[in-house]
Amino acid sequence: METQRIVTPPVDAPQLEIHAPPAPVESQKKPKTRGRTIVVTSGKGGVGKTTTTANLGVALAARGARVVMIDADVGLRNLDLVLGLESRVRYHVLDVLEGRVSLADALVRDKRVPTLYLLAAAQDREKDDVATDAMVGLVEQLRDEFDYVLIDSPAGIEMGFKNAIAGADEAIVVCTPEVAAVRDVDRVVGLLGNRINAQLVVNRIRPALVRKGKMLSVEDVNAILRLPLLGVLGDAADVIVSTNRGEPVALDEASATGAAYRAIAARIAGEDVAAPQAAEPDGFMDKLGSFFGGRR
Amino acid sequence: MLNRVMGWFRTFFGTTSSSSVAKERLRLVLLSDHLALAPDVIEAMRRDIFEVISRYVEVDEAHSDVSFEHKDEGIAMLASIPIVSLKPREPEESSPKEETSVLETVSVNGHNSDNFGRRPRKRRRRKASGASQTAPAQ
Repeated sequence: METQRIVTPPVDAPQLEIHAPPAPVESQKKPKTRGRTIVVTSGKGGVGKTTTTANLGVALAARGARVVMIDADVGLRNLDLVLGLESRVRYHVLDVLEGRVSLADALVRDKRVPTLYLLAAAQDREKDDVATDAMVGLVEQLRDEFDYVLIDSPAGIEMGFKNAIAGADEAIVVCTPEVAAVRDVDRVVGLLGNRINAQLVVNRIRPALVRKGKMLSVEDVNAILRLPLLGVLGDAADVIVSTNRGEPVALDEASATGAAYRAIAARIAGEDVAAPQAAEPDGFMDKLGSFFGGRR
Repeated sequence: MLNRVMGWFRTFFGTTSSSSVAKERLRLVLLSDHLALAPDVIEAMRRDIFEVISRYVEVDEAHSDVSFEHKDEGIAMLASIPIVSLKPREPEESSPKEETSVLETVSVNGHNSDNFGRRPRKRRRRKASGASQTAPAQ
């Protein structure tokens, strides 16, 4: 997509810290390897789609992959906030789709991981303003430049969702151990159809509650959904703290949740790593319980 | 392992964990979601059922109820159809009994739904109409 590199700086644009995406290595010699296009979705809101997108994006990029994240939640832009990139966003996905700025100008480069880019959602527009064909075209364009195109889907199954999944070949569905979330994921997986290969991330598991029979277990959830399990994330405080700060927990070497995200990223990349399990040492008894019972 | 022991414990003391309740509720609601029979399809099926039954007996269609229920391993169709009168089988037998009985069919796909010794499932009625006089199936 060399043609998109034509730099057309807007006249009144402030000096930006936006860089062009890294040049594809040896693009002239070997045929371009097309990047993978993965939508992160769930149906239900508030289950951790954006947090998962941000952290998997960061973790994949930290492994050296070229990653671009598209915030498809037009009207409710949040991925930039979770990533701590909100102050760098000048243009958004509709600016690109409607031809006001070039793709290179709209991409925001991450301040920590140099191979990570963000294409922010429009905040003052609506989901219906995005044309599905244009969105597919954008994703197709990006996958020639990047190893991974991660698309953060909005909640719901309407236009925004349809636009988000249209260009994706794979899906990561995020589910929490709640009846409403499971039902919605079940519906969403049906809508993804056979074209999109879906894998499951179970978020916000509290092993202590599961042991007490007060929360659906990962096995309960996946007995219904029957999806390949990428990994399990605990309901941990460090995610909240990292979101407060705009510093994805996946970059925190000391964080168990960060390690889980990195393991999931490794699995996505094809490494033979075990699916991470939720670790949530609530207290002594729970630790004791997990010591004897094995927190599965 | 621990979960299993806890499960026995709960079974023994007759308490049901909220996660078990959640599981059961999810199972039911998803069966319903997946059944996804369009209302017009159900209506067409209902018509056909009445047509067949009406060849033999006169039924009270207004007080009939055809519904679906989730059984252990599948979905059952429950039909509660009050019979107004038996139709004469031969022309000379022209004394139709005026008693009102109820024909009820339960068909379960999958396992034989032998509920013996299990907690009885609540029977859901869409309309509490004349069909409420039904005897339990089987």
